Amino acid sequence: MSERRVELDVLRYNPETDRAPHFQRYSVPCREEWVVLDALNHVKENIDPTLSYRWSCHMAVCGSCGMMINREPKLACKSFLRDYQGVIRVEPLAHFPVERDLVTVIDDFVAKLARVKPYLIPKEPKALEAGEYRQTPAQLKRYKQFTLCINCMLCYAACPEYGLIPKYLGPAAIALGHRWNQDSRDGGRDQRQEELAATEGAWECSFVGACSEVCPEHVDPAGAIQQVKIRSTVDWYLEHTMPWLTK
Amino acid sequence: MAKSNKPIVWGPFAAGGTLTAFLTPVLIVLTLLAGFGHVPDLLGYEALRAFAAHGVVKMGLVVVVFLSLWSAAHRLRITCYDLGLRADTLVATLVYALAIAGTVAAAIALLRLTPA
Amino acid sequence: MSRKPYVREMTSEWITRHPRYLRYLLREFSCLFIGGWTLMMVWGLARLAQGPAAWAAFLETLQSPASIVLQALALAFAVYHAVTWFNLTPKALPVQLGDEFVADGVISGAHFAVWGLLSLVVLLLAGAF
Repeated sequence: MSERRVELDVLRYNPETDRAPHFQRYSVPCREEWVVLDALNHVKENIDPTLSYRWSCHMAVCGSCGMMINREPKLACKSFLRDYQGVIRVEPLAHFPVERDLVTVIDDFVAKLARVKPYLIPKEPKALEAGEYRQTPAQLKRYKQFTLCINCMLCYAACPEYGLIPKYLGPAAIALGHRWNQDSRDGGRDQRQEELAATEGAWECSFVGACSEVCPEHVDPAGAIQQVKIRSTVDWYLEHTMPWLTK
Repeated sequence: MAKSNKPIVWGPFAAGGTLTAFLTPVLIVLTLLAGFGHVPDLLGYEALRAFAAHGVVKMGLVVVVFLSLWSAAHRLRITCYDLGLRADTLVATLVYALAIAGTVAAAIALLRLTPA
Repeated sequence: MSRKPYVREMTSEWITRHPRYLRYLLREFSCLFIGGWTLMMVWGLARLAQGPAAWAAFLETLQSPASIVLQALALAFAVYHAVTWFNLTPKALPVQLGDEFVADGVISGAHFAVWGLLSLVVLLLAGAF
């Protein structure tokens, strides 16, 4: 029931009037159990209706409200005010262009997701009458973890390689490709390798591991990327030393 | 987007990283002991020459030197880029050349170690 | 409405965003010491090939204070490299036994155990005791 006054330093940017982003300070009366998203909603509803930001579910499943909170990529709906002291710095997710205020341009991310062919590519054609695919618990477990991604892009904001090399496919996209490669129903790994094993695929990763640390769903994209690297390396040496093995 | 040839440099990096993780610390302990005046038996002149006289050992040492230097070189290349040095091709050429030069130097030294 | 997305410049500021980035750089910098020490050993091999006097001189340089400090640093970095490498191994090489994956701690633990055993064996065979 108790209240506390929280200071937010929020990065503002109006493309129609501003040459560059700048910080704006808001003083917000907050409830003890609030998250940063609640504070932002209070600002928008009561103090400054011009503040723009993405959000939806308010329960860490939709992936909309990713932003930099005290320079760390976080979901605003999962960042409890009680965990912060002093002025809280709120900025748009790093490594993405700023559209307006806390809204980023995510076109690059969406395009990269599509490039890894994130859909079932059957091993052989299967008629509907043949019935459903069957999968053991072990086969499901093999890729289950990588299905949990909510496309929140925190991993892209945490990854310095993506910040330094914008062409890099990035953690979520590679993990997504790996999810399908590991699926026993799928036969499309060779097709996905064109993207995953390219220079701008898994090879730009230097295993900083920040992506897995910030991931709210514990997908472990870093692990997925290393697994892709190892598989791609084995492929490469087999292809170049014993080409008859790989048709 | 074509598949990269990165495995050529990454394979030895991964192997070297694993090798140096297992082996380098204890080897440094040996040379550090020597530094403190407590020279391990193997690092005595006669013992080391006898050890390094075998062809198998020579080959093993060349492999250890190559993988150690290569993985260090690769990491240095990546770190330079991380810290803002954008001339990747130049840096890569320099570091890998250094690794190969060190390996060649080791090989030459070992070839000169004919049994006394 | 006109769009004018603002691209924030990527400087080295990312290093200071969180301690994990400093730890990453520390891990990467281990390469300077591991590489440097290995080059020093290559130099030692060259001196070994030049005869007993040259080898004795090499052992003497190992005993200089600067050399001891550098080697101690190299050892610290080599250990840091090993620890981080073995802790990351289960992520890169997951093992599925039955339905479940083998716990990370088991895979890293096995590596640490082999590391310890191997180091002991090398020390024994090299006559360090």
